[in-house]
Amino acid sequence: MQVTGRELITAIHGMLFGGLFLMACFGVLTLLFRSLAARTTPDAGAAEQRWDRVYLIVMVVLGWAAVLSGTYVIYPWYRAADPPGAANLAFYPQRLLLSSPQTAGWHELGMEWKEHIGWMAPMLMTMVAWVLTKYRGAVEEHRRLRALVTAFALAAFLAAGVAGGFGAFLNKKAPVQGGRLITLRSGQ
Amino acid sequence: MKPEEPIPNGAAGAAMLAAGSGCLALSLLALAGDGSKAVARLLTFYRPTGPLSGVTTVAILIWLAVWFIAYRVCKGKAVAIAIVSAVSFVVLALGLLLTFPPFEDLLLGR
Repeated sequence: MQVTGRELITAIHGMLFGGLFLMACFGVLTLLFRSLAARTTPDAGAAEQRWDRVYLIVMVVLGWAAVLSGTYVIYPWYRAADPPGAANLAFYPQRLLLSSPQTAGWHELGMEWKEHIGWMAPMLMTMVAWVLTKYRGAVEEHRRLRALVTAFALAAFLAAGVAGGFGAFLNKKAPVQGGRLITLRSGQ
Repeated sequence: MKPEEPIPNGAAGAAMLAAGSGCLALSLLALAGDGSKAVARLLTFYRPTGPLSGVTTVAILIWLAVWFIAYRVCKGKAVAIAIVSAVSFVVLALGLLLTFPPFEDLLLGR
């Protein structure tokens, strides 16, 4: 049972950072919608408020970890130029996708969209987390503010969804390969 | 009895405006990089990542700069949050739309 270093890092980027960020965004959205529908917000104790802050910080860190690892670690592997005359493009995912009209769209639409819209999600969620933390004691006075923040969080969730969804499909169509081979479990 | 003073919402307005501006800046920089090879070269801060490195770095700097300035201006003040948020949403929507490759291609005449 083996995995390459690049496969492992891509999994960490997509499933750990990206996946958990997406789930955390959904959690924040659920709580925001619930508080808007309930019209009142129960007073949170000090411990609860501390936990909320930790949750928001972890969510933001996951978002930034996802875009930074994607842009500076995995994207260079994805867009690596193939040597002249290379017959096997398996190690050059972008070139592999562009080599056929049937798969070119995955790069031209999928990656081109993902690489930019993905960055918007942590930017927006950082703002959402900051506003929720700063105004946590004045929720009722700022119901409109909370509704506006919900709309921004929804935009961030959709942006993260587009990036994550295309990321998953791209890694199916042209997976990032190579790197050191890591043995997770020896066979019989 | 003095009427209750509203809790200032200026800091939140500043954060929203900055987030929207950051997203639009990212899209405009990406558009400029796609449309001009010279701009793309200028935005290549880290060669393995290409122009995306510069696009995102500059956009983040713009976002943080707008946030810092808007925060300094709006801190402790009550702003017309409906107007500020409407502007922020329009700017954000434009930013999101510009990231959509077919729309970007349309603007670049491809």
